[in-house]
Amino acid sequence: MLTILFDGIAYGMLLFILAVGLSVTMGLMNFINLAHGAFAMAGGYLTVVLMQRFEVPFLLCLPLAFVATALLGAVLERTLYRHMYNKPHLDQVLFSIGLAFMSVASVDYWMGSQQQIMQLPDGLRGRTELWTGEFFELGMGHYRLFIIAVCAALTVGLQFVLAKTRFGSRLRASVDDARVAAGLGIRVNLIFAATFAVGSGLAGLGGALGAEVLGLDPTFPLKFMVYFLIVVAVGGTSSITGPLWAALLLGIADVAGKYYMPKLGSFIVYSLMIAILIWRPQGLFVRKGGR
Amino acid sequence: MKTLLNAPLDARTQLLSTARMRGWEPLVWLLAFALPLLVPGHALIVNEVAIVALFAVSLDLVLGYTGIVSLGHAAFLGLGAYASALFAKHVMPDPVVGLLFGTFCATLLGAACSLTILRGTDLTRLMVTLGMALILMELANKLDWLTGGSDGLQGVMMGPVLGRFEFDLYGQTAAWYSLTVLLVLFVLARRWVNSPWGATLMAVRDNPLRAMAIGIPVHNRLAVVYTVAAALAGAAGALMAQTTGFASLDVFALERSADVMLMLVIGGVGWLYGGVVGAVVFKLMHDVIAGITPQYWTFWIGLFLVVLVMVGRERLIRPWLWFGHSADHKGGAQ
Amino acid sequence: MNTAATNTPVVLKAQGLVKQFGGITATDNVNLELRLGARHALIGPNGAGKTTLINLFTGVLPPTSGRIELLGQDISQLAPHLRVRRGLVRTFQINQLFASMTPLQTLAMVVSQQRGLGGRWWSKLGQDQAVVERCEALLELFRLTEVMHQRTEHLAYGKRRLLEMAIALACEPKVLLLDEPVAGVPAGEREELLQTVAALPAEVSVLLIEHDMDLVFEFADRITVLVNGGVLTEGTPEAIAADPQVKAVYLGHGEEVAHG
Repeated sequence: MLTILFDGIAYGMLLFILAVGLSVTMGLMNFINLAHGAFAMAGGYLTVVLMQRFEVPFLLCLPLAFVATALLGAVLERTLYRHMYNKPHLDQVLFSIGLAFMSVASVDYWMGSQQQIMQLPDGLRGRTELWTGEFFELGMGHYRLFIIAVCAALTVGLQFVLAKTRFGSRLRASVDDARVAAGLGIRVNLIFAATFAVGSGLAGLGGALGAEVLGLDPTFPLKFMVYFLIVVAVGGTSSITGPLWAALLLGIADVAGKYYMPKLGSFIVYSLMIAILIWRPQGLFVRKGGR
Repeated sequence: MKTLLNAPLDARTQLLSTARMRGWEPLVWLLAFALPLLVPGHALIVNEVAIVALFAVSLDLVLGYTGIVSLGHAAFLGLGAYASALFAKHVMPDPVVGLLFGTFCATLLGAACSLTILRGTDLTRLMVTLGMALILMELANKLDWLTGGSDGLQGVMMGPVLGRFEFDLYGQTAAWYSLTVLLVLFVLARRWVNSPWGATLMAVRDNPLRAMAIGIPVHNRLAVVYTVAAALAGAAGALMAQTTGFASLDVFALERSADVMLMLVIGGVGWLYGGVVGAVVFKLMHDVIAGITPQYWTFWIGLFLVVLVMVGRERLIRPWLWFGHSADHKGGAQ
Repeated sequence: MNTAATNTPVVLKAQGLVKQFGGITATDNVNLELRLGARHALIGPNGAGKTTLINLFTGVLPPTSGRIELLGQDISQLAPHLRVRRGLVRTFQINQLFASMTPLQTLAMVVSQQRGLGGRWWSKLGQDQAVVERCEALLELFRLTEVMHQRTEHLAYGKRRLLEMAIALACEPKVLLLDEPVAGVPAGEREELLQTVAALPAEVSVLLIEHDMDLVFEFADRITVLVNGGVLTEGTPEAIAADPQVKAVYLGHGEEVAHG
């Protein structure tokens, strides 16, 4: 049972890293970006290509995936997304679905529709069994341990940036009220671009990290979009701890559900989400006044 | 003293004009009904377009008349399809009764779901509607002893419509059947949105805060519209299952909900005919593009969506302004 | 008209009304009585809680504690749209209109709703002659007849403000809450709007939030002064003008309170 918890936490942390960019973007720009999963997919495929064609070591691919996807995000933000901020949500939904469709079809064309296999370095494979007793049994896959470690470090880093740096306070000000922030001299456009870039970069990193666990094929953006949206909707958009808890909850619920009640599958997750959203339409972890 | 004698159109005429039938409308419908006769080889396509048009019109009630962005409208389409397919297989193969049954099931689900879309932000509603469709898809998948799972529900044999009109191989009966249902429901919907009740609906769409402040029970309006829209979508689903003879999981898919939303945007949101126009145009686009690149049609659709939104939805179709059509605005005028 | 006489029935009453947002007390134990036919003004510096009070009356905000009575009945828990049905209607400081509808459509919709025809889904909007005539009358009263076929989003600001008021009157209010009705209206058009307000039937009781002191003294027969969420004082215009406390509150705001 503890193994399930462990796997669920790993899955949840991965989801968090994948979805945090979406949450901040939603809170900052009030923009529903259904193409967020495409950035994750880009990071994953980039890693696969680098490893298979250019024999770049896995651990180096991770930061590369981050940087490359962040750049892609920055470019797209300046050229396309920027025009969409003030449009109604329907337009944003249509726009981002369009981008998602385009990315799915493009990847299908260039890379084929099969699942991509990720070759993990030897150090990250394998498993450690702890306490194989009657009630407590914990088997920790090394890769999942790695995922938890990396994501935890990133989370701490994010929280630090948000709470302790100038950029972080400017970001928080812009989330609270972009107009007032601009009136105070904060370069809100720059904040938007930087945040979008970092969010996309994190998604790319998550895609690279998660390819082994979640699978990687051209339908990735659409398949996992729902999970990202669940994290954002339940966790709220006014902090990063909200989505963190939501992601962990989702990860554990999904893993446990699929293990204990495989017949019901994802049914549990969706029902849980709907129940939570009906109970607290603003999200589970949002303080009053959050968007 | 009436100053209105100087006005170009008096008040009553103007108010009633939006509800009045335009001259071209009967012609369009006549043409539609004539098509299966004129081009019998394409009757199945006419059938398909009629069904999809009904689905799009049902979404228009939600999207165009209340402003709720729903990505899960396919849930009702699918439920209608599976319900009537199962009805035909296990109870009786009469199409009209099966249609009523499928519609009824979708209505129940719509009423239940309508409670979930009353509160929350756009994102919340998006998620809840999407979640519903996904849940139904999961259910249909897992209950494979009933629904055939991922293989779909096959071999649905239908009896003759109204006891007289057998479904033929060309699809002419199917086309006329679907067109009739579309016409009947369309006329009813049209009557409804042009009534005083329907006007309060537009008020809710434009400015729910003010609507409440003039005594309109906003939640009640939203719930009723959503339920009716679900019913219409269920009818479309029932037609789909009955005329094609099977129901499959992809009826619940996200692509389905996205496609119909695109159709509606092409045709114009908020004037009911938008669904019909959009369905026709979309079908044409699909056949043309899929003829060129069958595998990557999603790419071109995606590109079209991106360009459409960036250029601005309003600039796509102009001449329909005199219907007093869509408001793409959030919140009230100031 | 002197409605300070205590035998005039109270149409709207707030008793010990309190509203707190976290640590902030926006409405501080407010007691207010609006009498039948009153022209009652609510004044106070910015942030005094005037609009909050209106929101409490209309049910948009639930009170933290206290009681609200409309026409003698407790409406503290009543849903907002039901309060409107009982005759409590408000206007908004920032226009809240229906962008895609024309003034004619808007008023036809409101009047139909008001006459109980809002539930009819089988007839056409505009079919009922009585409804149409009422719309025409309202349009003429608010000088909107020339623009009645234009979509609201294309109307000039002054016309929108008139429509804002027209909508409220179409609801056939017994108690009318006006939130800064002439805000943003150019000085030349204020008279037009004010005359319409002044011409309201005597049975309609009006509570008016206003900053313009000329307007207040011309219009009101009773004034309540709200400061920091609580009632500072209440009385006739003459009494308020002479009150040193009120002068102190407004000193430094550049507003002259004393008017004849």
